[in-house]
Amino acid sequence: MLLQQLVNGLTLGAVYTLIALSFSLVMGILSILNLAIGELFMLGGYLGFALIAAHLPLPIALVGGMLGAAVMGIVIEKVAYQPLRDAPLITPMLSTLGFSIILQNVVTNVWGSDPLQLPSELFDTRIPLGPINVGVMQLVVIGVAVVLVAAVAFLIQKTSAGRALRAVAENRDVARLLGVSAGRVTMLAFAISGALAGAAGVLISLHYAAITPYIGVDTGLKAIAVMIIGGTTRVWGALLAGPLIGIAEVLTIAYGGSQARDLVVYGLMILILLLRPQGLLGGSRSDVGQRV
Amino acid sequence: MMSTYYAGLFADVGILLLGALSVYIILATGQLSLGNAGFMGIGAYLASYLTVELHWPVTAALLVSAVAAAAIGIVVGFPALRLKGIYLAMATLGFGEMVRSFFLVFEPMGGSGGYRGMPHITLGYIWLWAGGILLLVLVLERSRLWLEMRAVHDDETAAGLVGLNTTAVKIGAFGFGAAVAAICGGLFAHHYVYIEPSNFGFERSIDFVLAVILGGSTVGAGAVIGALLLVLLPEWLRFLVDWRLAAFGGLLILVLLTRRQGILDRTLIARLTFQRRPA
Amino acid sequence: MSDVLLKLDTVSKVFGGIRALSDVSLAVPQNRIVGVIGPNGAGKTTLFNVITGAYRASDGDVVFDGKTVTQWPSHRIVRAGVARTFQNIRLFGGMTVWEHLLVAQPHQGNMLRRVLPSRWADPKAWARAEEALEIFGLHNYRDSIARTLSYGLQRKVEMARAMTAGPKLLMLDEPVAGMNHDEAEELRLLLLRLQSRGLSILLIEHDMAFVMNLCHQLYVLDFGALIAEGTPAEIRTNPVVLDAYLGSETAC
Repeated sequence: MLLQQLVNGLTLGAVYTLIALSFSLVMGILSILNLAIGELFMLGGYLGFALIAAHLPLPIALVGGMLGAAVMGIVIEKVAYQPLRDAPLITPMLSTLGFSIILQNVVTNVWGSDPLQLPSELFDTRIPLGPINVGVMQLVVIGVAVVLVAAVAFLIQKTSAGRALRAVAENRDVARLLGVSAGRVTMLAFAISGALAGAAGVLISLHYAAITPYIGVDTGLKAIAVMIIGGTTRVWGALLAGPLIGIAEVLTIAYGGSQARDLVVYGLMILILLLRPQGLLGGSRSDVGQRV
Repeated sequence: MMSTYYAGLFADVGILLLGALSVYIILATGQLSLGNAGFMGIGAYLASYLTVELHWPVTAALLVSAVAAAAIGIVVGFPALRLKGIYLAMATLGFGEMVRSFFLVFEPMGGSGGYRGMPHITLGYIWLWAGGILLLVLVLERSRLWLEMRAVHDDETAAGLVGLNTTAVKIGAFGFGAAVAAICGGLFAHHYVYIEPSNFGFERSIDFVLAVILGGSTVGAGAVIGALLLVLLPEWLRFLVDWRLAAFGGLLILVLLTRRQGILDRTLIARLTFQRRPA
Repeated sequence: MSDVLLKLDTVSKVFGGIRALSDVSLAVPQNRIVGVIGPNGAGKTTLFNVITGAYRASDGDVVFDGKTVTQWPSHRIVRAGVARTFQNIRLFGGMTVWEHLLVAQPHQGNMLRRVLPSRWADPKAWARAEEALEIFGLHNYRDSIARTLSYGLQRKVEMARAMTAGPKLLMLDEPVAGMNHDEAEELRLLLLRLQSRGLSILLIEHDMAFVMNLCHQLYVLDFGALIAEGTPAEIRTNPVVLDAYLGSETAC
């Protein structure tokens, strides 16, 4: 039973990791919280959903969701971030909030506010693995998440685009002097961030075989908690914290009732902020924080 | 006599005004709180408990829950000192979510089923509180204390080095803001005579912040404009039917792009009241 | 010796492996102007930070007005009568000049005065602010927002703000940096005027002409240690000092 819960937790955690990574990318480079990421997550889910309902294969649905969310991410960068980049940080953050409101309204109008269900025969296959039954979808979710995280890792560490990203994160002005186009880097960051969130959306809609316009807010906020717990200054904190929180949440539901789960997740987040604000895998304490 | 429809709207404005002021007070010291709905919830549940279970008069219940929330706000304010900017915002967000989920599991006050049975209050009573606290803030804005808060907001280090006790200022602001949010919650509870944890979540906290940002984040009167906007605009935009919220989001982005400080600021107020103003 | 306002007794400051200050001893007598000079990086600003409590001395004592303030927090030292300005000006960007002159003043006791509108509740503070406007020639800029002012004016506001706290000792970190000759001269006369009203001044400066014509006593710092002290006349001809300056990068 416990092992089953662990698998469930890992599945949920995989989704959290992707979204937390999405937040982290923008946060690490620009120090702003892109509040629209929750809705990009939702948007990706709906796009993937629509593609599956049109009988297109899973990989296409995944790519479709990622692409749509990435494009939206770029739009948000151009409209909500670029013009406001020298304003105090809360201003572009609230601007992304405006976008999230718009996105949620649009999706609700296009697809309705009731949950959409996917035909369940695709998702009921379970594979016996020793003492437990692992759902095929769960393996897909975890597998895709691992691949994506590895891809982003490769991008950041080994490619010139990734180097540019890291340079701007270190010091924007110096990066510009070295010829790095901060504008293009920012756009890239928003695009990748959108793609990750979109992928997470497709995955979670597959996992639950359903989707509603409201998953963005709830999951988005929890992903912020995951990002903080893992460490906002080190992108890999999300990799550790995602499964951790996913498992913690699933165990809380199993043994404490589903109402208590938010208490546990946000409680952990506040604990980390008080005791180790740079997060579990974060860098030095002095990296933390900037004026609003 | 006002029709019930308009009465309801103006009750909402008064309640939202208090929530916006609670964010404004804390923001004036440079701290962004995304969790004031948590203090609102504490005020709502505590005041309701006092009036329903202990049969206290509403006013006494409001005052006590304001003091309790202030105490909690001060306790929250201490660790908040160590966090800056976005991290503080996220911590307050976490606090708000924790309060909400606490009331979700807290069965004695109904849990997810909600709580009911509160005595109903009038529109006039709501505005007695809203107007009174608004007046208090407007007067306080002319004081030395508010100057100190603004100094901490502009440059905390310099403020310390000219002899201001920045710790007391920041923590005091949290306490004061929490108290105002609690009154907002108590009034909300006794106006709608039914409350449930989802009333006090992230969306509510964001409403407060939006009202301040749109209405004017540098002056208390901005909260009035913001509250009016947030309540009345969706009504006026009814003709957009299902696209009201999207229009609202668009409006927010527009204001942020064109006039960051929000609609009202000191210069505009001075111009509207024919005062001499900054060069 | 009760006519020494500020005394540093073999003060040292170590950061990790770096000895920023080594056994520095100096004294600022009551109602005198004392200068600290030295090449860039000599530790002058560190010295100021230790005196005002921004840094804790690693060794030695800081005695102000008879009290040992070495371990005191910054705001307490400020309240005891020390005011300072900064190399990079730290004003309150969104506040007007007038508001700057009110906010730094010491509290007159009860809380009530602080929360009531200051126009009526605190006439003494208003009077002091008016006086500061006059002394520093800022009358025309009373309602100007600090961040819109020119550099020279901002420096004046910063000093005026420091003075409204009614300090016994004013510490100035490179007060004439970026000023032209006329502005520097205006400031020199202003400081002499303030001194004649009972103020003691400790300043860091690179501008030799300014310092020579103003200070009663000079201390010369190099690599965190005192290499000379004396009157301007003595320092001007001191070979150790000349060597320190000529041997290092061009100052200013």
